[in-house]
Amino acid sequence: MGINKDLIAASSTPLVLAILAEGDSYGYAILQRVRELSGGRMEWTDGMLYPVLHRLERLGYVEAKWKVVENGRRRKYYRITRKGRAQLAENRRQWQTVDATLRGAWEALSVKRQAAEPAGA
Amino acid sequence: MPAPEHAASLEEQIDQWRSYLRRRQAIQPVDVAELEDHLREQIAVLLNAGLAPDEAFLVAVKRIGNLDALSREFALEHAERLWKQLVMVPSDSGEPQARARTDAIVAFCLAVAAAVAVKIPALFGLQLDEHKPADAGFYFRNASLFVLPFLTGYFVWKRRLHTGTVRWLAVAFVAAVVFANVYPFTTAGHTEKLTALHLPIALWLMVGIAYAGGRWGQVAGRMDFIRFSGELFIYYVLIALGGGVLTLFLGMIFQAIGINVGPFIGSWLLPCGAAGAVLVASWLVEAKQSVIENMAPVLTRLFTPLFAALLITFLATVVLTGRGIDVQRNVLIAFDLLLVVVLGLLLYSISARDADAPPNAFDVLQVVLVTAALLADAVALWAIAARITEFGFSPNRVAALGENGILLVNLAWSAVLYIRFLRGRGPFTDLERWQTGYLPVYAVWAAIVVIVFPPLFGYI
Repeated sequence: MGINKDLIAASSTPLVLAILAEGDSYGYAILQRVRELSGGRMEWTDGMLYPVLHRLERLGYVEAKWKVVENGRRRKYYRITRKGRAQLAENRRQWQTVDATLRGAWEALSVKRQAAEPAGA
Repeated sequence: MPAPEHAASLEEQIDQWRSYLRRRQAIQPVDVAELEDHLREQIAVLLNAGLAPDEAFLVAVKRIGNLDALSREFALEHAERLWKQLVMVPSDSGEPQARARTDAIVAFCLAVAAAVAVKIPALFGLQLDEHKPADAGFYFRNASLFVLPFLTGYFVWKRRLHTGTVRWLAVAFVAAVVFANVYPFTTAGHTEKLTALHLPIALWLMVGIAYAGGRWGQVAGRMDFIRFSGELFIYYVLIALGGGVLTLFLGMIFQAIGINVGPFIGSWLLPCGAAGAVLVASWLVEAKQSVIENMAPVLTRLFTPLFAALLITFLATVVLTGRGIDVQRNVLIAFDLLLVVVLGLLLYSISARDADAPPNAFDVLQVVLVTAALLADAVALWAIAARITEFGFSPNRVAALGENGILLVNLAWSAVLYIRFLRGRGPFTDLERWQTGYLPVYAVWAAIVVIVFPPLFGYI
């Protein structure tokens, strides 16, 4: 299922921050986690994660560190900062509001439909 | 497990992908390394899943996404990268960075040395003071000798010149010291001023020989020196403007606490700063080379049409109104300067032009500019020739006339070569070769003015 680009962009910040709140990670692993969490339904273009990570770094929500991993390769690890956690909490509050509102709207819609069906039958 | 030959071709493919990515300005080496790590991990996972190496590579590259879109995202996030940055070249390999630092240290030390050199004569009681015209004359005659030896030394060090060349350069500078100081000049006289003006021009050739390293004999080497000179001039003007602001504030804030820093500014800050700034500006031009676009050709593009319009309007006015040129004392110098500006416009548009490109409208404009300048100069010379005997041959006038002749010959032949190029009868490189080959002529004439004129005109 394709998901609108704007929605992907809007949800990328809380999603990445939430994944980093589970523990330090790096680009590829973060993308894997996004796939796991969404059951493969949220398709990110891999490369696009990195500008997002760099923006979060610039805003001070995450900090990055190069580490040497197996077979001598260098890998950039990201860690959420205290400011990032605060932002995550704030984001979470906002998304929950959006989510609750939408849920209310869906419910109202289905109640209306249920009410309309017997009348039509 | 991939077979070894597969592994080799996979590495090649990754190399190609990396170098392709590196060409994008918004994506810097450190980001390329991060993306490469991603690519490699993705490939490893796909290989484990049973894909062939080249399939795995293709899929992994595809997943990274469209590179245009990606570099657009990077550009949005790192807008500063689209503005080419200068001074401390960020480089993750240590060796060039170390060299850049040594270069900066040497340039800075030489700048300090030049600034100190300016004050050495003061130890012997020579003061840069308007109330002592004889001492002031000494400083003006020797101004270039406080700076250019250090600048030449910088390039001798940087280009690792042969000792043979260095010896010749040293001889030239010693000769310059001798001719600037042995003649019994009349204080504040004409020949002294001519020496002060022409010695730097003659010595600039020495800087050029050092700058070009072993490439002085080649058109490209001399062309690089022309580019360097133009950029140096622009940088120097910018530094001078900054220095002016600094000086202004220095004067103002010390004035506020009742301390007059005028003498300090006049005898220390200005002369030492002016000398040191030449070295600093040269180092900047060297350091920023290939980092920032050249400025001189941009200004040329801007001003060539304006100067062409100015000259054509002038000629049209002369023809329509029949006004002759009112021959004042400085009219020849004014027209010399005009030719210098036109030559500069021509030179810097040549320096930035791709020699293989076909003629375009801007080339036509250049020819119009040069032709108009030649006509305007001819009008001026006509007016002066009529009255030259009346004025007499003072050293200033002979020097100005000589310079006019040199510039006239250069521009006239340039116009011929340019028209030939426009008509497809000759290559553009002819014009480059003519301009670069002409460089020593200016220096030789300047040397003649310095060496021959004072005794010829009785040191007046």
